[in-house]
Amino acid sequence: MIVSFTINGESRTVDVFPMARLLDVLREQLHLTGTKEGCGEGECGACTVVLDGQIVNSCLVPVAQVNGSEIKTIEGVARQDQLHAVQQAFIDHGGAQCGICTPGMVLAAVDLLNRNPRPSETEIRNGLAGNLCRCTGYMKIFESVVRAYQK
Amino acid sequence: MRAFIPNYQLTTPSSLADALALLNREPGVWKPFAGGTDLMVLLEAAKLPHRNYINIWSLKELRGIEVTDSHVTLGALTTYTEVQSHPVLQSEFPMLCQAASETGGLAIQNRGTIGGNIVNASPAADSPPALLAYDAEIELISSDGSRWLAYSSFHTGYKQMLIGPNELLARICMPRNTRGATHYYRKVGTRKAQAISKVCLAALAKLGDDQISDARIALGSVAPIVIRCMQTEDALRGQKPDAGTIKSACATLSQEISPIDDIRSTADYRLQVAKNLLTDFLLTLRT
Repeated sequence: MIVSFTINGESRTVDVFPMARLLDVLREQLHLTGTKEGCGEGECGACTVVLDGQIVNSCLVPVAQVNGSEIKTIEGVARQDQLHAVQQAFIDHGGAQCGICTPGMVLAAVDLLNRNPRPSETEIRNGLAGNLCRCTGYMKIFESVVRAYQK
Repeated sequence: MRAFIPNYQLTTPSSLADALALLNREPGVWKPFAGGTDLMVLLEAAKLPHRNYINIWSLKELRGIEVTDSHVTLGALTTYTEVQSHPVLQSEFPMLCQAASETGGLAIQNRGTIGGNIVNASPAADSPPALLAYDAEIELISSDGSRWLAYSSFHTGYKQMLIGPNELLARICMPRNTRGATHYYRKVGTRKAQAISKVCLAALAKLGDDQISDARIALGSVAPIVIRCMQTEDALRGQKPDAGTIKSACATLSQEISPIDDIRSTADYRLQVAKNLLTDFLLTLRT
């Protein structure tokens, strides 16, 4: 089937099987490999993208459901050469280690700060609860989010 | 091992009437597909035996929360995120909001639906115990019309339920009769977010003249289906929440539930924790 959507501000049309995972379409057809696959079952958040303004696990979204939608991936977070405050904070404060969870963590953090510009520590923990870091660098990640909104 | 994706169909109807017509024309061939948070997990694990699905995600008729003087009615596609942010649900049905907040993480809550949680029919589902305690009724629709039934009668056995192959779950309705009640919801799992429960209790009661009235006890992960524990409720009604009542209620509860050993926990642990949660709830009533 033919599916059209807007991705990072650009209109795209793909020819896909309807049950194909959005994750696979992003990575293999659109070559947007910033979105990672961790568990493939909605547990880890590595494949987080923003779909019509809400974060989702792209491994759990069949592509037929995004026809006409607006999608943002990690590639769409920075503005040209200007990193988002969350991305800069992850670099400055060691929020990224191996990098597999980082795109999902950044998108979840950006989403959190959009909804709640000054989150408490509990709110940060809830906002990132669906994103696992197997380097177990959580403290640096929380610190990066705090520093990002303080800027 | 992954599923072979070209084998699967996901067709998007243009309206609710179209979806119902397709279900009616080819009964048993098509199944509804909503937020995908359960079905896509099975797909990836090559454990999704059914092949043909109707994408109901975009059917506006199945969305929205409607409040009247006497009831709150949720469209079956109401997401966990929508549940948590609704003011009437927050104030009068807090256990449903808490269940929604403890299901998965935010990305799951943005996609998972209350209707999906019901028809996926897992005995470990998080919102059904709350819905049972709130005396929910559910509406099933088909091309032939609509019927309402008590949610407590819907699940008949493990993954078995009273829904025809041409029917869709459309709405969930709860009476607004919880004012003055104590609400107690507690899910016990390995981790706060993302975990599937080992035991889950949703309980509600009112206390008048130091006596329990309107006790409602529902549990998840302790039987083949989520269950409302009517005998335990009978053991509580009209009693003071004292040590004797707690002891007899726990004894009744032990007879009423049938937990098993599985990958997440053991029957012994589940039984003990179920009694502990009931005790904790009854102690809460006293304070």
